[in-house]
Amino acid sequence: MAESTGFSRRHFLTVATAVTGGVGLIATAVPFVASFRPSARAQALGAPVEVDVSKLEVGALLKVEWRGHAVYILRRSEEMLEALHADVALLADPSSEKSIQPAYAHNEYRSIRPEFLVLLGVCTHFGCAPMARFEVAPADLGPDWPGGFYCPCHGSKFDMAGRVFSGVPAPTNLEVPPHRFVNDSTIVIGADTARNA
Amino acid sequence: MASTEIDVFDRLGRRFAALGAWIDERFPMTKLIKEHATEYYASKNFNFWYGFGVLATVVLVLQFVTGIFLTMNYKPSATEAFASVEYIMRDVDWGWLIRYLHSTGASAFFIVVYLHMFRGLLYGSYKKPRELVWIIGMFIYLCLMAEAFFGYLLPWGNMSYWGAQVIVSLFGAVPVIGNELAEWIRGDFYISDITLNRFFAFHVIAVPLMLVLLVVVHIMALHEVGSNNPDGIEIKQYKGPDGKPIDGVAFHPYHTSKDLVIIIIFLIVFSAVVFFAPDMGGYFLEHANFEPADPLRTPEHIAPVWYFTPFYAMLRAVPDKLLGVALMGLAVLLPFFLPWLDRCRVKSIRYRGWTYKVALGVFAISFVALGYLGLQPATDIYTTLSGVFTVLYFAFFVLMPFYSRMEKTKPVPTRVT
Repeated sequence: MAESTGFSRRHFLTVATAVTGGVGLIATAVPFVASFRPSARAQALGAPVEVDVSKLEVGALLKVEWRGHAVYILRRSEEMLEALHADVALLADPSSEKSIQPAYAHNEYRSIRPEFLVLLGVCTHFGCAPMARFEVAPADLGPDWPGGFYCPCHGSKFDMAGRVFSGVPAPTNLEVPPHRFVNDSTIVIGADTARNA
Repeated sequence: MASTEIDVFDRLGRRFAALGAWIDERFPMTKLIKEHATEYYASKNFNFWYGFGVLATVVLVLQFVTGIFLTMNYKPSATEAFASVEYIMRDVDWGWLIRYLHSTGASAFFIVVYLHMFRGLLYGSYKKPRELVWIIGMFIYLCLMAEAFFGYLLPWGNMSYWGAQVIVSLFGAVPVIGNELAEWIRGDFYISDITLNRFFAFHVIAVPLMLVLLVVVHIMALHEVGSNNPDGIEIKQYKGPDGKPIDGVAFHPYHTSKDLVIIIIFLIVFSAVVFFAPDMGGYFLEHANFEPADPLRTPEHIAPVWYFTPFYAMLRAVPDKLLGVALMGLAVLLPFFLPWLDRCRVKSIRYRGWTYKVALGVFAISFVALGYLGLQPATDIYTTLSGVFTVLYFAFFVLMPFYSRMEKTKPVPTRVT
């Protein structure tokens, strides 16, 4: 019999058994891990919602629920749109390069039609719901406040296009969810022509 | 008359002995009792700092018993959870007591565990040969944090809801997979009924099982190496002719009888809180949690329960989201490495140099200060202060290899004082 290499048949079988068993264990773990994902029902409940915006007054905010989050629909006035050009110097990401929005809302007003702003009411910091603070220069927010959204949790500030101010904890602008106009008075939230018409 | 009485007890005694022998042939009962109680020798100079381990066990049992009884009436569903807690409070006989014992027990658990850990820092209980005792203990602390976090969502109050929302979105800060990870944890696009149900499962089954297992392993490791003491001396090195440590006394009956007094004092204070201030002015039960969860409205001032606020203050001190989360994670992980960060051979603070005394003092103050700041609204001055104390917290660990190496220590006695 030749000199032993130290790697015996028994060794080989032990390692092979361990590896095979390990692979089996990992494969068995897959269904358990996958069961944690949003279920079919949760996904169905997260389906798009239709919103009638014909009765929304100029300067008013409508909150609708989509996937358990507030979606803000703001009908902006001329002054509000004007203000968006004035506050650019105060913003962290004025042209929304680092922020999330569909391509059709990646413009200076962050909307399909300048008048209607659709935002996810979820602070990009830790997910609190920012409050509407549209009054200009109130006592608690200082004289520079041009009107916008204020997050009560950690003090993040956003302007009338959901763009984040510099020096606040939120890293990016408020997200614009996928949405589209069915007609002049109806917006569908959660679906756009690109993905599911 | 007297002789027959003796006969009765004598016969009874024989019966018990026979039963004991019968069991011992089949299960190591007497052996276990000897190893872990009547012949487990712990130093005779224990002070009150050595009572918090026993108290942690007492609170663990309390949480198990009250928790089991709470599940009998609690309903883990988004539509029923809040009302079922109110039902326990109002309609179930003594339900209010069981629930307050459980909610106060949560805070008591952290008080006791923080003091237990501080004891370890005082007397060098994490040092060789007790590194594993310390690390297992840190895992218990992690489990405890998970247990508290999962449990906090269950009452489904508005603070429960938004607290969970903030903590789960911490995971959203992870690059690339962040959003999917947060969605995976929630099982939904938001904190929903699905999330509540799975947090309930974690809170009442998965994490408690791990906790019990870890506690058993913690005590096994401790009893293998023996307890430390306020002098930081290995009592096993000085044994009498009978082979028992000269400076040790049997855990039972000597330490157990002393522990009983500590337990009674603890229960007096604990009961006072349960009966007279169960919400502890909003620190144990936050006021915003007395209204049901509202996914569309965040409470005005959001803060976690006090035991998480030191880490929460660190998170807020950092303006960058990902960096803040990473720092917070690191703050929890660093203590794991304590046995190797500390290069000083002397265990107890009694014989250590001024550098460690100052460092530990600054660390303790920073931790308490961060805890306070985490409860306050994030104003500029508070955020700046949080930044300062965060730096001091990290300095304690990061600079430890340096200041502990050049420490001027006092001579350690060979016998306990």
